Formats: sequence, C-alpha cells, structure tokens
Amino acid sequence: MTEHQPKLALGPVLYYWPKEKLLDFYERTSAVPVDVVYLGETVCSKRRAFNTDEWLELAERLIAAGKEVILSTMALLEAESELKALRRLCENGRFTVEANDMGAVRLLSERGAAFVLGTGINVYSGRTLRFLAGLGAKRWVMPVELSRTTLAAIQAERPDQVETEVFVYGRLPLAYSARCFTARHHNLPKDDCQYRCLDYPEGLTLSTREGQAFLAINGIQTQSAQTCNLLPELAELRELKVDVLRVSPQPEGTETVIEAFAACLRGERDPVEAARALNADLPHGACDGYWRGQPGLRQVASVT
Amino acid sequence: MAVSAPTSRPKPLELVCPAGNLPSLKTAVDHGADSVYIGFRDDTNARHFPGLNFDAKTAAQGVQYAHAKGRRVFVALNTFPQPAGWERWQRAVDQAVELSVDAVIAADISVLEYACGRYPNLPLHLSVQGSATNYEAIRFYHEHFGIRRVVLPRVLSLPQVKHALENSPVGIEVFGFGGLCIMVEGRCLLSSYVTGESPNMCGVCSPAKAVRWEETPRGLETRLGGLLIDRYAPGEPAGYPTLCKGRFEVADQIYYAIEEPTSLNTLELLPELQEMGIAAIKIEGRQRSPAYVTQVTKVWRAAIDACRRNPAAYVPKAEWQRELGKVSEGHQTTLGAYHRTWQ
Repeated sequence: MTEHQPKLALGPVLYYWPKEKLLDFYERTSAVPVDVVYLGETVCSKRRAFNTDEWLELAERLIAAGKEVILSTMALLEAESELKALRRLCENGRFTVEANDMGAVRLLSERGAAFVLGTGINVYSGRTLRFLAGLGAKRWVMPVELSRTTLAAIQAERPDQVETEVFVYGRLPLAYSARCFTARHHNLPKDDCQYRCLDYPEGLTLSTREGQAFLAINGIQTQSAQTCNLLPELAELRELKVDVLRVSPQPEGTETVIEAFAACLRGERDPVEAARALNADLPHGACDGYWRGQPGLRQVASVT
Repeated sequence: MAVSAPTSRPKPLELVCPAGNLPSLKTAVDHGADSVYIGFRDDTNARHFPGLNFDAKTAAQGVQYAHAKGRRVFVALNTFPQPAGWERWQRAVDQAVELSVDAVIAADISVLEYACGRYPNLPLHLSVQGSATNYEAIRFYHEHFGIRRVVLPRVLSLPQVKHALENSPVGIEVFGFGGLCIMVEGRCLLSSYVTGESPNMCGVCSPAKAVRWEETPRGLETRLGGLLIDRYAPGEPAGYPTLCKGRFEVADQIYYAIEEPTSLNTLELLPELQEMGIAAIKIEGRQRSPAYVTQVTKVWRAAIDACRRNPAAYVPKAEWQRELGKVSEGHQTTLGAYHRTWQ
C-alpha cells in the first residue's frame, strides 16, 4: 500500500462508569477494528470501578484479542496515594504506559521504559518532542488546541521512530481542577462526593443562560460539549503522516464511530458522508475549530 | 529542601510582587517587595495584554532600580513556543541574561533546555504554567534543568503543599493573593476553546478583544467570543467576563458553575506557610494598576514582618483585610484550594 495508513486507537474512558458497564464496553471493543486500546482511570482517583489488578487483567484479555494495550496514568496527581498508584503502573514491566503528568515521565524514563506522551503533556514544538524522545517517548498525542499548521511544523522536526497521535473524535479534554464541579453541582464537598459522577455517563452539560451548550462537567475535568470530529480531514491526517487516530469513548455509539473511521481508512466509505452520518446523532453538534486554527468550538468544514 | 528544625527565627518568606510596567515595579520595590516579576511585550509571557509589560529600555531601568535597592527581578517567559515563533523565546532568554535579571520563570521544556544549556548560571524557576503539582514532577524539572524554585499551581490543599515541600529538592513558591485560576495552570484550554487564544499558546486568557459589554432590556450582558458569560440586574456590580467565572446553566440551575468572581487571599495562612518552610509568596496581578501593586505590597510586607516577629500572636489585621478586599475581584476573597472544603 502506498498511502500512509494510520492505526486506530480507543482512548481511555474519561467518565465514571460502573464496573459492569466498563466490562461490557471492553467486551464489545475487543470485537471492533481498533488497533490500540488505552486503559485506566485518568481523571479522578476516587473512581474505583476497577483496581489496578483488574485493569491489568483486562489488558491481558485485550492483548489476547490482538490489541496493542497501553496503560494511561492520571492527569492531575496531588496525593501520595496517587503517586503510589502511579508507581505501580510505571513499574508494571509488561505494558507500555501513557504519561499524563511530568511525574510519570520522570518515573518511566528512570526505568528506561518507552512511553507515550498523553494529551496532559504539553508538547508544543519539535524541540520539546525531541527532548522527551531522548528520555524514551515513542509516541506523542498532540495537545488538542494545536492546529494542523503547527502539527505540520512539528512533524517536519519530529525525531525518527516517534509516532504522532491525534485526538480525532470525542469530547475534548479542556481543563483539570482541584475542585470537583459535579460535586459542586450537588452542593457536596469533594471529600463526600457520593460518587455522583456515576449518574452522568457522559458528563453534565453546561450552557450559557441563552441555552447555548458549550462545556461538559466531568468531575474535576472540564470537556467540550461539542464533539470533535476530524473524520472529514482524513486525507490531510494521512498527508501529515499521523500514525495513530484517537477516538475518545462515549457511552453510546463508540463502535459505530470506530467502524466509520475503519471503513473510511479502508477506502470503503467517503469520509464526509460518514462524518455527516455521525454528526447527525450528536447532542450538541460537532467541532473542528482547533484543527483549523480557530476557536475550538467552531465547526469549519462543511459536512452537510 | 526539607523543613528545617524549628528555630526562634524562621527563614524569612520572600515577597514576590507583580509589575506590568515601570511605575508598578518602582512602587513594589518602594513598598517592600523582595522581588518583582515582569514580562516582555510579546507572547513570551502569560500576561500578553495590550499596553502592558516591558521593552528593553524599561526593563533595564527596572532592573537597575530594583538592584540599587537590593531587590531582585524575575522575568516570566512562561508560555509554550510553537515552531513558528521559537526565535522570540530564544531572544527573550538572551535578553533576560543581558539585563542581569535574577531568575527566569519558565514552563516549556524547550525554553528550559535552551536557558539551562546556554546559560548554566542563570537561575531558573519553574512557572506555575509548568503544572508541577507533585514532587515527582518537581524532581523531573530539577534533574533535567537544575531549576532552583517551583511555583505551585493553585490546586493543592495545605497538607499537600507541605508534602510536596518535604519531598522537593528545591524551594517552593506559592500564590498568596490575587486572581484565582481554578484550573491547573498550563493545562487549561477553556479560553482557546471559545476565543482561539489561550495562556499556553498566546499568553492570554479570555482576551479583551473577544469581550463585548451590552446594555440590553434584560440587563447588562457580558460576552466572550459571542457566548453569554453573565447578565447583571440593575445595580448589580459587573465583572470582567473571565470564562470560568460566569453564571451558567447546568441541569436547570443557573449559578457560578465553575467559580465565583473572587480573589485568592491567604493572609490568615501565613504562620502555617512560614512554619512549613515555604520560600516565597507570590502576588498575582501584572495586569493590575500601580495603585493595586502599592496597596497589596504594603499589606503583605506588614503581614509577613508581623508574622516573622511573632508567629504565635499573628492575626491578620482587619484593616489589612479591608484594604485587600477593596482590590479583590467581586470584592470577595477565598482561601481557595488550600482549604479543603473549597474543593
């Protein structure tokens, strides 16, 4: 095949789903044409649908199903208990780890382990990427606010053997806080949150007083209400030699999204037509502004 | 540095004050700042606002003024250069060295790498924009770039600050007063999501050029990038539409869903911060007026001195709190994340 063929990845589940739902989700995942699966809790250490051993067991099952499995670490590390859990992941000895904090980068590079730089690591230039590649980074996920123009410049400076991953579908992770906004919504202190995130499998929509939805609250994380969908940009993603395309899980329809990307990659469907079908089901519409160097919430490409 | 054994004279807390222009720098020095931090007039720093900051000439005058009085000047180069603009950051580091500043406050790895490789004697502080919230991250920056101090994001509780400090190879600076970022600094993209410009990429949050104020029959409305951030009833004091401090609707409730318009004020935590061995207290507000800098520097100088003389008897004076209240956002203050219940 002469055309550059990116792999498809499923990002970590960013929401708090109960154990049965997670198991069911990954059961179905093993049957869809996704090459890479990122596993683990990255948002809140109080969410314990799975403990570390259970994540590792799931990882083994997905490996057996032919997937590349990567363990993702927390984006905001504050307590010693969180560092302890981080060390356990970094020392697992079998699976590659995605670092989402510089503390994880330190622990992984100290062990000489190859690792992935997640969206939580600020790589805004080829210089920064080269430095981190020297410490063992084998793949980086582009920060979601960067544009295709910046990506092209970084790709030109990219060290050999480093893969580039782009967040191509899902609600964008935009911010992390000490405060839990879901607990705040229920007038509960974070330390007694009563696990309210379980009630919101795709977060809580935040709108202006004119009813314009633009953010989603997910515990301490703030996401975009709009769903980033770069499927219409597939030709450009290929041209830019992007190696991995990340789909971020939603409670419903993630298999359909993966099937759509896979069919377009195989040349069996037209990306614009496939994107139009996906966008029709989105509660608050699609966005691609960041990719086009504009405010992230805008939808610039015409897919209608 | 681990907490040293208790002594009768604790290590003095350094007061680090903001200056967006030369008059602010001078008044900070005159009213008791130990150090002043500044930025250059471009997107190399996280307060890239029109009419603010220092060119080569004013920076040289500022450094001279501060050094003549035995005070220090730090330069913030704390945004994240993209490939197209790298030369600006490189030049800014060179310029900081030419000015003989006392430290560069940086966040991005490429900037730290350049500064540390080219100027091994230049003291580097990790900016709050570097998002180091735990000691493993602090160690990373210390091992690779020899940072001498870290500014902690405004997300840790007091015990978490203490724990980071006890395991940190370098001194710790915390925010004491001023505008309150509720998100981890360096990891907040809300502004670019709505306006296209963020602190990381452009050195701005909720930029003025994206703001609109409109008198309407429903009241005064503030907009950012076209989105309604807040609407004020007649007589209700209106604030700048910082994205995270608006009133929004979540599940049929309208409230400050992210954060109230409020300022951080840790005056009452001073004895604890001093006792645990914090190196420096940072005042936010390079975008504020010289009058703000004067007022806040005066109060904090008096408070730090009083606390040092007699920590056991230290109580923030009502008049200090009143003065700080006057220059606070929404005229209210909070202990922020330092106080666990806020989280």
